[in-house]
Amino acid sequence: MTRRIDCDVAIVGGGLVGSSAALALRSMGFSVVLLDKGFCGAQASGVNYGGVRRQGRPPEQLPLSQRSHAIWPRLQQLIGIDGEFLRSGHLKLARSAADMASLEHYAADVAPFELDLELVGHNQLRERFGIAGDIVGGSFCPGDGHANPRLVATAFAAAAGRAGAEVLERTKVTGASRTFEGFALEAGDVAIKARAVINSAGAWADSFAAAFGEPVPLERTYPSMIVTEPLDPFLSVNIGIEGGGIYARQVTRGNVVVGGERAAPLADSDFSRPRSDGVLTIMQRASELFGPLRHAQAIRFWSGTEATMPDRNPVIGPSATTPGLIHAFGFSGAGFQIAPGVGEVLAELVRDGRTSTPIDAFSITRFSPASQPGDASQAAMTTGSKETSP
Amino acid sequence: MPLLHRIVRTDSPVICFTIDGAPCEGRAGDTVLTAVLCHGDRLRHSEFSGAPRAGFCQMGACQDCWVQLEGGERLRACTTELTEGMQIVTQRGRSHG
Amino acid sequence: MAERASPLIVGAGPAGIRAAITLAAAGLRPSVIDEAHACGGQIYRQPLALDGRDDRARYGSDAAKASRLHRDFAALGTGVDYRPRSLLWNLGDGVADVLRDGVSQRLSYDGLILATGATDRVLPIPGWTLPGVFTLGGAQVALKAQGCAIGRRVVFAGSGPLLYLVAWQYVKAGVDVAAVLDSAPLSAKFNLLRALPLAPGIVLRGLRMAAELALRGTRVQLGVSGLRIEGEGRVARIVYRSASCEHAIACDGVGYGLNLRSETQAADLAGCAFRFDPRDRAHLPVRDVSGRSNVAGVYLAGDGAGIAGADAAEAAGERAALALLEDRGLPHDPPRADVLERALATIDRLRDALEAAFPFPSHWAAGLADDALLCRCEDISAGEARRAIGDFALTEMNRLKAVTRIGMGRCQGRMCGAAAAELLAAQTRREVGAVGRLRAQAPIKPIPLAAGLSVDERQHDPAH
Repeated sequence: MTRRIDCDVAIVGGGLVGSSAALALRSMGFSVVLLDKGFCGAQASGVNYGGVRRQGRPPEQLPLSQRSHAIWPRLQQLIGIDGEFLRSGHLKLARSAADMASLEHYAADVAPFELDLELVGHNQLRERFGIAGDIVGGSFCPGDGHANPRLVATAFAAAAGRAGAEVLERTKVTGASRTFEGFALEAGDVAIKARAVINSAGAWADSFAAAFGEPVPLERTYPSMIVTEPLDPFLSVNIGIEGGGIYARQVTRGNVVVGGERAAPLADSDFSRPRSDGVLTIMQRASELFGPLRHAQAIRFWSGTEATMPDRNPVIGPSATTPGLIHAFGFSGAGFQIAPGVGEVLAELVRDGRTSTPIDAFSITRFSPASQPGDASQAAMTTGSKETSP
Repeated sequence: MPLLHRIVRTDSPVICFTIDGAPCEGRAGDTVLTAVLCHGDRLRHSEFSGAPRAGFCQMGACQDCWVQLEGGERLRACTTELTEGMQIVTQRGRSHG
Repeated sequence: MAERASPLIVGAGPAGIRAAITLAAAGLRPSVIDEAHACGGQIYRQPLALDGRDDRARYGSDAAKASRLHRDFAALGTGVDYRPRSLLWNLGDGVADVLRDGVSQRLSYDGLILATGATDRVLPIPGWTLPGVFTLGGAQVALKAQGCAIGRRVVFAGSGPLLYLVAWQYVKAGVDVAAVLDSAPLSAKFNLLRALPLAPGIVLRGLRMAAELALRGTRVQLGVSGLRIEGEGRVARIVYRSASCEHAIACDGVGYGLNLRSETQAADLAGCAFRFDPRDRAHLPVRDVSGRSNVAGVYLAGDGAGIAGADAAEAAGERAALALLEDRGLPHDPPRADVLERALATIDRLRDALEAAFPFPSHWAAGLADDALLCRCEDISAGEARRAIGDFALTEMNRLKAVTRIGMGRCQGRMCGAAAAELLAAQTRREVGAVGRLRAQAPIKPIPLAAGLSVDERQHDPAH
């Protein structure tokens, strides 16, 4: 028998964005249904590298990133666990003078955002961070770090559930339409009426947007990761490389996570697996860069399905076609750090129709120049219980 | 006190090796696991609790018998043949509690 | 017509050997990759060096089968591309990644027979990580292949035919076997009567072993529960409950296991569909009577696709090879295929009766103490797992893995996966088949990062 649910906000996609929005909306007093076709936090939010990094983001993302930056140290009180968040610092390495110049330019460009970037020379890299190899220099962002992606989104969803959100896992949305009062969603044997809908469906968000007349050039990408056996601590910072290559971090338990290259989708493109040549390349580069990895064993590989936009910026903000629909997807492999901030922004958009954090650069209208710009105020909704704010 | 006790191959050719620097003798045909556990009662320590481990499945499945050589190389003791001069380390590793 | 690549057989136990012989006889030259130094699999494992024992001493009443398999495989000579000491670590699209001597190589194949075998199924008990505790199979390997006993005074515990076989082999070798502790009650053993007409030789041999054990002073105790192993830094005693009394037996070695579990990682990576098998209490790759999986060109044989024993493995290996030949348009001997299928059907009925005689201890999950380690790689306790299941309302194995790290360590869930599923099912009041299975990931077993150093230099980005 079909179960009927009436709510203020239905959130499609229980990744870190959707889950943190659910929690933020609950704290404002909205009734929330959080839907996931599988399990909350099991897709890109749960299987990404785990970098909690502002450094390297384009300037337009930094206000949002800074908002998130303030949330990460409060995870314990917010969701009941610290998510293994470590403010280790993020060190981006330059392999050539040109790459170093690029790091220097970046540091100058983002100076107004106060990331406290510190440019580090070759000798200091060895002394302070134990980095060997043909590295010219680096840029260190002391406030960045890393966390355990397997835990964070899952815990946000669980916290939203404890706060009163209805969390429906293994519940795929099969139909959605705009009605006079809001939206009607069909999901398995559940029929949902919602006054607002958040599309945070990650790599599956494009079909949802298209159903409301907003096709987007979303491409699925598949990162590949390896993890080593537990090793003595040797890597205190989260490592990235200018121009790409690998990225690496060592968790408190000693395992080193190294990412890079691209995985390949399986026949069912919802799923993917690292390619053998890809992981061998990651292993090769990691063992060349870090002496302690020379004899280490790789014990596990994994991949995930990420939504990437052509300009590598996410889509965040109200729909241009449908009042009450808000998009938040396409984080292009860099969503983990900013997602908790996005959750707060989405809650503000629902409550006020606007947000204190600039998000204009992420409007969905940038992919449809011909369409009319949306009227943000239409997305606003009123509720009798908006006394709390995050 | 050793964990394993030889029933056969007691007079096979001797293979010299060391465990944590101490000279030891194994026998031709020994795996590293056999050679070490005929002298002592542990191969490694859990990285997390520090508790001693001495293998389990002896057929390359449980992965609980990895040891290191002095140079850092890893060996799965139950599937690796003992060779002359191996310098086996069972004490390395640390505990994260 | 372009020449087709050779078929690949993974595993050189009884199933893999019979498959190789069958393919070679049809004029193909299959590749056979196997982790061991010599063929035989676990059951017919060969020693690293001659040790003065003949096959009769080593393999007992299975000696004739062992000798024949070893001999027939050796006789293939260059008719097979045999790659011992080689680890299959990944599979995909007709290419296998194989690690040998620290170097990873790619091997193209056309047709894949997975004969990956089995290991002991283990349900953790307190103290199972203490030095001196080995699986039943491990205790047997120590004796058969290495000529060592796992203690001076040994106890074997758990259930399954291997429990009695290993205990008997130890007694025969002159080791003091203090006790055999079987979790199955006496009532279960009456199922052996069902097995008797199907395989009188096997059943009578088992009964004779049990009788001989008792005669030689080994305590054979049925219906035990509450097993735990104690000692400071190594085994000192095993404790169990029987007829609501607790007993302790001093010992310095314990062999423990409850039947076997299939090694299915390669089938998973090959894209095979899985289904839950109630008899094995495990998700197994789907195969038909011929050994064909749901993936064209992928065949499954032996204990790796469901526990049936060495005789079944030989038959299934040959049957799968005939299926591969048929699918390749080569002569494939249909009458022989019928004979093999009938033999496999008989063994299947035998397995039903044996499983009933050595049933899964249904009280295990509820009885496991919170402080017992569930995952020995990552040191995760049963209590931690139970807390996570409650806190995050977990109902599915891969979510349990993601949140707790169970099955995430070096063994990739081989030792704890079955147990974690039982624990999850018990706590969420589901059938164990309804909590899902750990998805396999490459590498199938740990591989050194240095294996990446053999990557072709072309892949170096010149900008580095």
